[in-house]
Amino acid sequence: MASVALTNLDPASRAAARGWSDLTIRNLFIIPTLVFLIVFNIFPLIYSLGYSFTNFAANRSEPWQFVGLQNYRELLSDDHIWSNFVITAKYVIVSVAGQMIVGFGLALLLNRSFPMKGLITTLLLLPMMMSAAVVGLFWQLLYSPSWGPINYVFGLGDFAWLSNPDSALYAVAITDIWMWSPFVMLLSLAGLSAVPQHLYEAAAIDRAGWWYTFTRITLPLVSPILLIALIFRTMEAFKTFDIAYTMTTQPTAELIAIRLYKQAFQQWDTGKSCALAYIVLIMVLAITNLYVKYLNKVKER
Amino acid sequence: MAAVRTSSEVAFNRIAIAAVLIATLIFLAPIYWIASTAFKPKELAVSVPPTVLFEPEVTPFVRLFTKRVQMQKPVDPQVYDAAPWWEKRIYDGGERVLKVGKDVQLSQYPDRFMNSLIVAVISTVLAVGMGTFTAYGFSRFKIAGEADLLFFILSTRMLPPVVVAIPMFLMYRVVGLNDSHIGLIILYVAFNLSFSVWLMKGFMDEIPKEYEEAALVDGYTRMQAFFKIVLPEAATGIAATAVFCFITAWNEYAFALIMTNRRAQTAPPFIPSQIGSGLPDWTTIAAGTFLFLLPVAIFTFLLRNHLLRGVTFGAIRK
Repeated sequence: MASVALTNLDPASRAAARGWSDLTIRNLFIIPTLVFLIVFNIFPLIYSLGYSFTNFAANRSEPWQFVGLQNYRELLSDDHIWSNFVITAKYVIVSVAGQMIVGFGLALLLNRSFPMKGLITTLLLLPMMMSAAVVGLFWQLLYSPSWGPINYVFGLGDFAWLSNPDSALYAVAITDIWMWSPFVMLLSLAGLSAVPQHLYEAAAIDRAGWWYTFTRITLPLVSPILLIALIFRTMEAFKTFDIAYTMTTQPTAELIAIRLYKQAFQQWDTGKSCALAYIVLIMVLAITNLYVKYLNKVKER
Repeated sequence: MAAVRTSSEVAFNRIAIAAVLIATLIFLAPIYWIASTAFKPKELAVSVPPTVLFEPEVTPFVRLFTKRVQMQKPVDPQVYDAAPWWEKRIYDGGERVLKVGKDVQLSQYPDRFMNSLIVAVISTVLAVGMGTFTAYGFSRFKIAGEADLLFFILSTRMLPPVVVAIPMFLMYRVVGLNDSHIGLIILYVAFNLSFSVWLMKGFMDEIPKEYEEAALVDGYTRMQAFFKIVLPEAATGIAATAVFCFITAWNEYAFALIMTNRRAQTAPPFIPSQIGSGLPDWTTIAAGTFLFLLPVAIFTFLLRNHLLRGVTFGAIRK
């Protein structure tokens, strides 16, 4: 099945008979990568699935015991974990919504020709290329209560963005919006430039208003790519660790990934953290599946 | 159409461009702030009101690279005069540079920076190398369950780092790979490999099959055709993929935080750890951040035409 018709080259031809067969080359090119990924990504996950049914603690030498589904039961009935999920949901909604609005807004503004457009677009893309941990660090400087430039510009006195339990999560979300709006902008620009110009010309001849043109032509044609941006950013925001971890220690900003890190590497509750990792993993894979489905749809257009 | 433009359209266009410029300034302000703090005199970094214009100095970079101690009493004027300019700046701040014999003691920063460089470069070469072969395989040959295999490859990239890090940490502890360059390189190759396969597949799909087929007819074996025809055609794609992988590895934080703490620690976990307790010296931290972000900024400009493919895993091209 796989060996038939590897290429559209006639297998009986002289060219195909020389050197290694296509089947050999295909296996040689693909199998090492698959093996590597299985050994270093899938095997560890199987390993941790095993530990998720035990009370193993990596910092103690006493033998661990098999506890069945107890870790999962405890996690799912733990209010603390649920509050981490609620915090994560809040964070995802605020930061992704912000990125979609700012990013799409910027793309609408940029979608015209003007001098130095390329330079300005590239400059706007800089934030998303940077290390989230380092971005989190220098936003601490910007948010500083007594002498930070943000409080000075907005006249907020010594408002403590990052150590105030009510604002910490949103302060991190603002930084995330700054960092990732350019991503939405980049995808939106691609979508906008793919809208056939003649549609706008036809709308102009019909004296269609700006709003009508926007909702009936622009939005429907750009929405598939906006959806890609939305799902991708949702998935990434759900996994957020670096930026929130370096910016604040407030429990009100403890995202699920941070909770997982603390459980595994500060409390050394290894067995339970493996179980929590699995709960998070299943959620991420569900979103990934959705993402790939839409990606393939857009690709086929 | 373009010829007939109403005056309100022209006005709207101008407003939009003005808005773009303002937005760009707002987006760049945080970057300007960190870059300028790296060149500020210590006391201006935390001044109220914030200082925007000042006379830049490179003393923060001298502090970044050296080990220093507070001086108990003022420096001997003769010693001061004999000191090179950069050491004088440290004396001016009431500190002295630590030395072993005549050699200046370096801070941990250059070590961490080198670790980042070693890990990012080696993992990039491996991930792009393997990814290029695999992408060619997926692009040119029929493979049973191709879509599922590609999804499997992509899904390994989407795993949250902390989820993978827990079992990897335990396994590394058994084989002694914790806090080693090799350990981190393996993780980064695994992380970037899926990305490199997807992106390179996009580039490979764009190279016409007829090129190789012509070569095969001319008597090349498929391997020769791959190395002599396909690889040169894919050079731009390989370079773009490499830069993306480099940036990802360079920026990575979670794995580095968990897997390394001293010997192999990279810059991302090191730089934030300098804040510690007490009053942080923001100019030195900013200098370290500035040097760390500089390569990424340069690469972003080199990559500008490939960014879209990069962030969509090669799915959307222009």
